[in-house]
Amino acid sequence: MTLALYRIDDRLIHGQVVVGWGQPLNVAFIVLVDDEVSSSDWEQDLYRMGVPPQIEVIFASVEQAAAMLPGWEADGRVGILLVGDIDTAVALAARVPQVKRFNVGGVHHRAGRTERLRFVYLTDDEAAKLRQLATHGVEVTAQDVPTARAIPVGEFT
Amino acid sequence: MSDLRGVIVSHAAVAQALVAAVTAITGIEGVLTAVSNEGCGTEALGARLREAVGGGPAVLFVDLPGGSCFTSSARYAKQGGAAIAVVTGVNLAMLLDFVFHRDIPPAEAARRAVDAGAKAIRVTPS
Repeated sequence: MTLALYRIDDRLIHGQVVVGWGQPLNVAFIVLVDDEVSSSDWEQDLYRMGVPPQIEVIFASVEQAAAMLPGWEADGRVGILLVGDIDTAVALAARVPQVKRFNVGGVHHRAGRTERLRFVYLTDDEAAKLRQLATHGVEVTAQDVPTARAIPVGEFT
Repeated sequence: MSDLRGVIVSHAAVAQALVAAVTAITGIEGVLTAVSNEGCGTEALGARLREAVGGGPAVLFVDLPGGSCFTSSARYAKQGGAAIAVVTGVNLAMLLDFVFHRDIPPAEAARRAVDAGAKAIRVTPS
């Protein structure tokens, strides 16, 4: 199989990812790409607690992920790759041409952001970055859970 | 009376429903506060926790042992030191015990609540 889902979600590993997506996809591993979490054992333990023991959790910085992503794509198991923000998604896509899609699964309210969807709040700059990703050949959609419609980037940015 | 509070942290409206159930059964009000992660990123959920806990000692009762409710609560507890304890897998039985046994330190109250909650999980017929 391959990485079945590339997801932008500021909650990183949580119920929607592990259960909502993980169950129907029969996920065997989750890759969490975050420079801060990858350098903190305490944060890694925290995120690992939310994952059943049969699912492997891999923590990586953006640089590490760029080097290892071809291997994850070639993995015989099904995996999910998670990033916590749009800048990390952009940085990863810029380094690895194999990144061809991103699911915006949860970007929540913060100062300067406006509501685009119930679960997506963006600054104008973040919206522009997502559109730019799309113009570079990355399919960008918003979808919180598998049973919802995948909303094309043009409809929410 | 103890100033130890309970804060229930959950997905959707589970926490609100548990607070209402405890009040309906015991008549005790003002001890438990509900916090939902609905529409929250990490920052917003942290702010809701700070507001709910206030300045005093607290036990945070979280619905699942992982996910955004848990990670935010664990981070908050790390900052709060001994004044904050976290219990996962919240159920009504542990909350009913907790509201009557708050004259003890947060960690002890948390352990006691876990015992009460675990004893309530049974299979019938066994």
